[in-house]
Amino acid sequence: MLLTLALPCRCVFQLFYSFFKSLVGKDVVVELKNDLRLGYLNIKLTDISVTDPEKYPHMLSVKNCFIRGSVVRYVQLPADEVDTQLLQDAARKEAMQQKQ
Amino acid sequence: MNYVPGTASLIDDIDKKHLVLLRDGRTLIGYLRSIDQFANLVFHQTVERIHVGKKFGDIPRGIFIVRGENVVLLGEIDVDKPCDTLLQQVSIEEILEEQRLQQQAKQETEKVKMQVLKDRGLSIPKADNLDEY
Repeated sequence: MLLTLALPCRCVFQLFYSFFKSLVGKDVVVELKNDLRLGYLNIKLTDISVTDPEKYPHMLSVKNCFIRGSVVRYVQLPADEVDTQLLQDAARKEAMQQKQ
Repeated sequence: MNYVPGTASLIDDIDKKHLVLLRDGRTLIGYLRSIDQFANLVFHQTVERIHVGKKFGDIPRGIFIVRGENVVLLGEIDVDKPCDTLLQQVSIEEILEEQRLQQQAKQETEKVKMQVLKDRGLSIPKADNLDEY
């Protein structure tokens, strides 16, 4: 599962981090665990690789990481992994339930 | 954060060497000793690592308590993976000097950019205040 995270940062340098999760063989190893806490999703990534190793040398020896939900701006997923129809129906049902 | 199956927990990361990236751009490396539900962290034998280009310098900091809201990401350092091949470690004074020069250069380009934008009647607010919540 390809995952790109853009992280907002309040620092002057305007850091931008992208991480890709490598696909292991045929099975999509979804080592992505979302933890719902106080309404924020913390994300755990395994087997990361950085798209811009020149700019971010610190990530060279890091294989797994934990990302605090509050810093995630968006998560980019490959289109074929997501069943939009199912998602839409589920979201609609959720909205209906909320209304009642 | 824990005791619920399928959730991201930091419990397994305790007592392991970690790298934490803070919102102000700092990098801290140390042994993670304690956590809580807000991702507040306690680090032992902490070292602040400053990177400038291909060089880096370590400043020993001792014990650090990091407030969760300042954490961007936390990564476990793989001791087996070779990491120092491209990077050259230098003394603290040298890296601080390099950092100062880098900041200076950035500020200059920022100033020029602001001036150009001002001339065209545009002004882009600094991202510092944008993410207040």
